[in-house]
Amino acid sequence: MKNIILNINKAFDHRIRLGIMSVLMVNEYAEFTTLKELLGATDGNLASHTKALEKVDFIRVEKQFIGRKPNTRYYATELGKQEFKKHIDALEKLIKNT
Amino acid sequence: MSSEEYLKDISEIKNLMNRSSRFISLSGLSGILAGIYALIGAAYAYWLVNNSSNGYLLLDGKVFRIVIFVLLLVGFLSIATAIFLTTRKAKKNGEKIWDATTRRLLLNFLIPLVAGAIYIIIILGHQKYGQTGALMLLFYGLALINASKYTVGDIRYLGYTEVVLGLLAAMLPGYGFWFWVIGFGVMHIVYGTVMYFKYDRK
Repeated sequence: MKNIILNINKAFDHRIRLGIMSVLMVNEYAEFTTLKELLGATDGNLASHTKALEKVDFIRVEKQFIGRKPNTRYYATELGKQEFKKHIDALEKLIKNT
Repeated sequence: MSSEEYLKDISEIKNLMNRSSRFISLSGLSGILAGIYALIGAAYAYWLVNNSSNGYLLLDGKVFRIVIFVLLLVGFLSIATAIFLTTRKAKKNGEKIWDATTRRLLLNFLIPLVAGAIYIIIILGHQKYGQTGALMLLFYGLALINASKYTVGDIRYLGYTEVVLGLLAAMLPGYGFWFWVIGFGVMHIVYGTVMYFKYDRK
């Protein structure tokens, strides 16, 4: 049981963070507004969670301007993808064992 | 956290992955109707060719033009129906119709289809009519397979079926028309029905 818990990643231990990673796993990138709509989060809420994931290098941020509008894109990093997979595997094992 | 909560997490992950990467409001009913249009169009073309003076399609300019017109009409009606029914379904599900997933689906569907259409027009210009049915089935099948990554996965099997039918039609030249009827008429109805019962009736 102990080594299973070990693989549960604290960085993902929140609905919104888990959601951000899920979307980025299957898409090349996601824009801030897309994520907001998909997850039903507020601006500030989403911003703080993306920052947390950025801090541990699980996602990468690209800021640019489309015309005059600022546009923020998020990408999952290799590290982030690996950690997410580990996390999901651990979740699955945990469910099977209980 | 309890295991139920983890289970909820996982199902939400799956839901998000699907919703963000695939367009899932495709209407099965529109497939059935497209098949019916194709069958009606084919029946009319068949009747027309057999009742025209020489009973032969290729050399009679007027009949050939009418057949092309019927073909375009079938295509136009199918597309219009698909747009109408899919929009209605997306609205009912509270989903956006014109977003990144739709654009990606359309782009990936249209690339093989348009390439195929141009190729068919080119060889028709060279007066090679024999393989038209086979080529239409082949390119349409490849377009479906390409698009299946961005929408409900079952479309892939319809694509495989169309490709196989296209290859069979190429091997048996005189029967192109009948393979076209099976591929665009019968198979659309079969797969449309499957999708209707699987996704629409909820």
